[in-house]
Amino acid sequence: MKVWDAIIIGGGHNGLVNACYLQRAGLDVLVVEKNDWVGGAATSRELTPGFLYSNCSYVCSLFRPEIMRDLELPRFGLQVIAYEGGAVFTRDGDYLANYRDHDAHRREFARFSKRDAEAYDRYARDVTRQCRFIQPLLMRTAPDPTSLRPRDLGELLYLGKKFAGLSAQEMALTLRFWTMSISEFLDEYFETDVIKANFALSGIIGTALGPMSPGTAYVLLHHYMGEVDGSVGAWGYARGGMGAVTKALAASFKSSGGTIRTGAEVDHVLVSRGKARGVVLAGGEEVHGKLVVSNADVKRTFLKLIEEKELPDIFLRRVRNFKIRGSSGKVNIALDSLPEFPALPKDSPVYRGDMHFTDSMERMERAYDDWKAGRWSADPFLDMVIPTTLDPTMAPPGKHFMSCFVQYAPPKVNGREWTDADRDGFAESVIAQIADYSPGFRDRIVHMEVRTPREIEAEVGLTEGNIFQGELTFDQLLFNRPVPGYAQYRSPVGGLYMCGSSTHPGGGVMGAPGRNAAAEILRDLAKSTSHMSPAHDVI
Amino acid sequence: MARQIRKKPASKTANTVVSARIAAQGHFRTLRLGTPFQPRINALARTQDWYNWAGYRAPHSLWDEELEYFAIRSQAALFDISPMTKYRIEGPDAEALLNRVTLRDVAKLKPGRVHYTAWCDDEGFVLDDGTLFRLSPTRFRLCSQERHLPWLLDSAIGFDVTVEEETEAVAGLALQGPTSFAVLRDAGFAGVEKLRIFDLADFPHDGGIVTISRTGFTGDLGYELFVSADKALSLWDRLMIAGELRGIRAIGYTALNRARLEAGLIVANADFTTAEHAIRADRLRMPDEIGLGFMIDLEKGHFNGRRAILEARAKRKLRHVLVGLEIEGNIPAEHAIVYYKKSQEVGLVSAAMWSPMAKRNIAIASLERPFGDTIAEDLWVEIYAMRELQYQKLMKRAKVVARPFIRLDRRTANPPADF
Amino acid sequence: MTSFDAIIIGGGHNGLVTAATLAKAGRKVLVLEAGREVGGAARTEEFAPGFRVSSVAHLLNRLHPEMVKTLELEKHGLQFARADFMPSVALSKDGPPLVLHGAYGEVLTGASASEQSAWKELRAQLLRYAGILKPFLSRRPPDLAGMSLLDTASLGQTTLTLKKLGKEDMRDFLRVLLMNVADLLDEQLADIRLKGLLAFDATLGSHLGPRSPTSLLGLYSRLAGETAGAAGAQALPQGGMGAVIAAIRAAAEKAGVVTRASAPVAKIIIEKGRAVGVALDSGEVLRARTIVSAINPATTFLDLVGPREIDTGFMRKVKNIRMKGDAAKLNLALDRPPQFTGVDAAGHRGRLVIAPSPDHVERAFNPCKYGEFSPEPVMEITLPSLADPSLAPSGACVLSAVVQYAPYGLKEGWDAGKPKFLQAIMAQLEAYAPGIGKCVVHAEFLTPADIEVRYRMPGGHWHHGELQADQMLISRPVSGWSGYDTPIEGLFLAGAGSHPGGGVSGAPGLNAARRIIAMKG
Repeated sequence: MKVWDAIIIGGGHNGLVNACYLQRAGLDVLVVEKNDWVGGAATSRELTPGFLYSNCSYVCSLFRPEIMRDLELPRFGLQVIAYEGGAVFTRDGDYLANYRDHDAHRREFARFSKRDAEAYDRYARDVTRQCRFIQPLLMRTAPDPTSLRPRDLGELLYLGKKFAGLSAQEMALTLRFWTMSISEFLDEYFETDVIKANFALSGIIGTALGPMSPGTAYVLLHHYMGEVDGSVGAWGYARGGMGAVTKALAASFKSSGGTIRTGAEVDHVLVSRGKARGVVLAGGEEVHGKLVVSNADVKRTFLKLIEEKELPDIFLRRVRNFKIRGSSGKVNIALDSLPEFPALPKDSPVYRGDMHFTDSMERMERAYDDWKAGRWSADPFLDMVIPTTLDPTMAPPGKHFMSCFVQYAPPKVNGREWTDADRDGFAESVIAQIADYSPGFRDRIVHMEVRTPREIEAEVGLTEGNIFQGELTFDQLLFNRPVPGYAQYRSPVGGLYMCGSSTHPGGGVMGAPGRNAAAEILRDLAKSTSHMSPAHDVI
Repeated sequence: MARQIRKKPASKTANTVVSARIAAQGHFRTLRLGTPFQPRINALARTQDWYNWAGYRAPHSLWDEELEYFAIRSQAALFDISPMTKYRIEGPDAEALLNRVTLRDVAKLKPGRVHYTAWCDDEGFVLDDGTLFRLSPTRFRLCSQERHLPWLLDSAIGFDVTVEEETEAVAGLALQGPTSFAVLRDAGFAGVEKLRIFDLADFPHDGGIVTISRTGFTGDLGYELFVSADKALSLWDRLMIAGELRGIRAIGYTALNRARLEAGLIVANADFTTAEHAIRADRLRMPDEIGLGFMIDLEKGHFNGRRAILEARAKRKLRHVLVGLEIEGNIPAEHAIVYYKKSQEVGLVSAAMWSPMAKRNIAIASLERPFGDTIAEDLWVEIYAMRELQYQKLMKRAKVVARPFIRLDRRTANPPADF
Repeated sequence: MTSFDAIIIGGGHNGLVTAATLAKAGRKVLVLEAGREVGGAARTEEFAPGFRVSSVAHLLNRLHPEMVKTLELEKHGLQFARADFMPSVALSKDGPPLVLHGAYGEVLTGASASEQSAWKELRAQLLRYAGILKPFLSRRPPDLAGMSLLDTASLGQTTLTLKKLGKEDMRDFLRVLLMNVADLLDEQLADIRLKGLLAFDATLGSHLGPRSPTSLLGLYSRLAGETAGAAGAQALPQGGMGAVIAAIRAAAEKAGVVTRASAPVAKIIIEKGRAVGVALDSGEVLRARTIVSAINPATTFLDLVGPREIDTGFMRKVKNIRMKGDAAKLNLALDRPPQFTGVDAAGHRGRLVIAPSPDHVERAFNPCKYGEFSPEPVMEITLPSLADPSLAPSGACVLSAVVQYAPYGLKEGWDAGKPKFLQAIMAQLEAYAPGIGKCVVHAEFLTPADIEVRYRMPGGHWHHGELQADQMLISRPVSGWSGYDTPIEGLFLAGAGSHPGGGVSGAPGLNAARRIIAMKG
């Protein structure tokens, strides 16, 4: 009987990152993936001939460069192409663009407000200061504040020192940052609604909160911590779609001797005498391993894959109380030509970046009110990109792939399951919005894939279709993520670990949870972690 | 409750504000703007050596940085200062506002005068330094390196005053060097000989007005001229024609930067980091820490940062001091580390050069007190001179000296000399 | 002319508490009140012939015990017993109400047995957690720039209290601290009436809905308050809130405080960065070593001090204090006591709450984000004349209600919106107390805009600044200046705009006085 050193449940990017690090530490690692392909939410799929769909995750920025380096992802084919711009279209026939050049950025803002144009530097300084405080925490295991173990005390001390290293002003700002809404935060810098809306979108993407909800200022930071080749805060496309990230990870894993089984859905984790011994696949096949790592979200892992009796009540209660909350959907579109936006000059770099239509805080917040009421937004917030403007490999010549990330879409519609008719209504709200700004848009559509939380959960396995495997509110961050007492990638079951985005530091194609979990596992096995780069210095 | 209906974009805009905004969309095609003098500068730019000055295309040098420097010291040099940030501050409370914002007493700045000043945030950290021109009892122009519109507007709450950014609307030229007065006189600016150092006056030009001040950034005899953008080229031509026999030359920043260092003048975000740009809290500086303490007027009433500055002085919280250094030898010590007794690190050189005028190896450095303050002996700089792919490491003695490094009588002589 | 050591601007309850405390410490104190009488928003006023009502605040639930002790208010006639504790009644349109008896639901009636035990557990937990935060109420927030020994000790004490919780309790405390109240209620309770009541209580007086993160703090801040030693208990003094003011005023006067009404301050006089006196509207100038502003911080700095004497960054912070109120006050003169469906006599003497579910409260909150009022408002109602017949003519009744959400900046303007909103409120009342509309003799309806004008509360906000996480503790009223002193030497703040915020507690006033005494001001 084969006994693997480690079995990873789920071949998403965090599962693969975790697998790579374990395999490179000399373990014999198996990844079991339910779908016939790996990638989880970071995939490229040919859903209609000639078109590659980044049908779930669609941008690359947060992925930690330390991990890319350790796992040699460029060698295995990963290329990231940075956005060249971005814009919010306004209803008066204009747009507000984001340009990479600092002075162009200022002049663009000055078209709307000279004051706001000159307020940007102070805003950028304050946000950068906060990012610098938080970024080093991404690649560390959060301490347990109730523990007296030297490691936890050491980590607490590190946190304390980092905090004490801030000036009084920064400390005050840090405390406010964690509790303010992005709307209120932006009010302190800017006067123009569309400029605020332009920044606020980073405070809501992926969450079930509106821009006026306290706590969304922190979510903005989470999105600002990305980098493309050292350019902090930059976003980019993976050439060949987001599947290129997981494809490179899988190649890296296999090249170091790892094994992947696709089409292998885990029915449950094999537990005996309080210890994980392997997994049982849907067909009944038992696969044995010395330890099991789950890339699935914390609810799926502990409420579906493990029997209740194996878990302490307080842990189960906290897992049940973990807020996952699907809030978004995707509409992926194959187009027979590049859509035109009359408001946008034809030579604008904005075509090669992210585009939005929500030009006021009120529209954004009202879209959220719809979600709270249990329906999809009548006037949704879209984060729309056309990656084929920079990556022709994703569509036949002259044709384009468009990805629309849509908020808000509730996990259930008025308390019931989504129906196909609901899904069509949801899609129509998106297409109608785009068509308002792009005449003839409907005629360009060759094929369309619509994913509500229902589809995302069914296919990717993300509970409620939440892209972050759990809300990024304070009650679910750091030592509270996923649940208090178990923020260190371990679980109440011996030999069972977590490595998904439900764990610290959370979602986005970042890889940090997978890496941090590997570090904890290797520590438990008393194995070397010398193949893992320490987090880059922030000086 | 009725569901929110979609907000359709307008197909046509009747609104003039919106059409003006839309008309300005195309700026993304030109990332570095030309100044109003750009056609003339382009024609003279033999080296094509440009840099980005606040979004403008500005020359490092135009034809020969050495000769451009000597044009400042021996002839007349013309330098385009249009990219400098300019604010017009006007109204009955303009003086009161500027007194509240800046360190010096603006009541003492008479109409027709200019002073060099600085301003701070609440914690007494320097936001920027710049020159303040009093154009009339109620009208001022504030010139600076960085942009401060939100700060000025917020400061103006409760004051009867308007603050307007006029960087693009107003073109500026610095005419510096021993023959600069003669050039202006020959160009027909009658009465310019009456301008004493830091005076300003309006002169007719091309159906408009040019404001000339006897100011500059070189420590030499010199003037600065401000004119509306549409009169910029005719002003340039007027000066170049009049100055031909006086050796007038257009110059780039490299030459000017040398002259300013000889004059001991500091540059924001080169010799200190401005408070709104400092990401790291320990990079912030109070006026007393960068040699601007002389500006602080505690008698004039409240001004931004007053409380913090007083407290820092009282509690001896001033941690740094900016000093002039004279370094043995002739190898420039740019960005060298300063040591005490050759071992203890006490500071950093922010600008350095061999001064052709002073014939001294000079530098500006920021030191940690008490070094440079009460302990000025036994200071050293370690110069890493890259020569043919090898660092020649030199440990050289540095002496704290007074700034400016050069003093030229012609700068302040009245009437200005006709060279 | 008498000279004073300290001049207190504003004769609201906090101003009087500061004055009395300073006077007891030997200072000669003058209180200047702009209105015709002291008491601010905690007065008892006649709003219709023969009908009197507590002006804005209409319940006592957080009068700070240290303040009561310092001022010896019990000697001045302010005393409560358990029998005075008012129940909270969660009204229901179509069934019996749910009632929290005693001190915030020591006994719960009208709910299932399982809900009762769930509530018992949740109540105990909330009280434990609120208890951790309680010591902060009577202290200066810690000073981040230079933590003093006292600051460190007080933080240390909090940590110790935390440790006493036990590991799992402490973990839960850290998890739920900044959570939204609706989630916590959903985790532990089932009855939407009870959840609605708690969701209402957590968000009352703030620009938050029950689903807004951090909204749970509102419940903690209520439960950190106490009456007669019982946390969360609420009572109505005989004679209305004016009786509280009368007691504080009596304590102040006994200590030698001089009060002058109808003496609005026009300017705080600053000389060389130091506050040296005040100028009244009349032009009269009064000087003192210490000037204390117990009025709104924004009014203090933007109007009385003026921007010329303060730094731009500080002014920005002051201008950024969010203080747009969402609560309106409705006073009804009724020709007879109303009958709320299913409520018994004891219940009618309690606090009657219309907030049928957390979702209802959330839906009421939604429009106010966009400057619109709630079409189906939520409210707490008291009928003070039932317990204190002196407040109404015989046989008649006073109804006092605090109603949300009425955004200060109503888009259509309150001139147009006021009758419409009143209609919406009356429709709600009619649904829970059929026939009440016909009993109305007179209605006095104060929107936040009216409250602003009448009680000199900018934004009509009774906390003088949103009491949300980012405007609490070290960030209240603004970061860097949370300790009652200000950038102006000799000038102190003592109002609800300072830590720990509004409600009739007297804690800001007491803390400020202590700070002034410590600073030898």
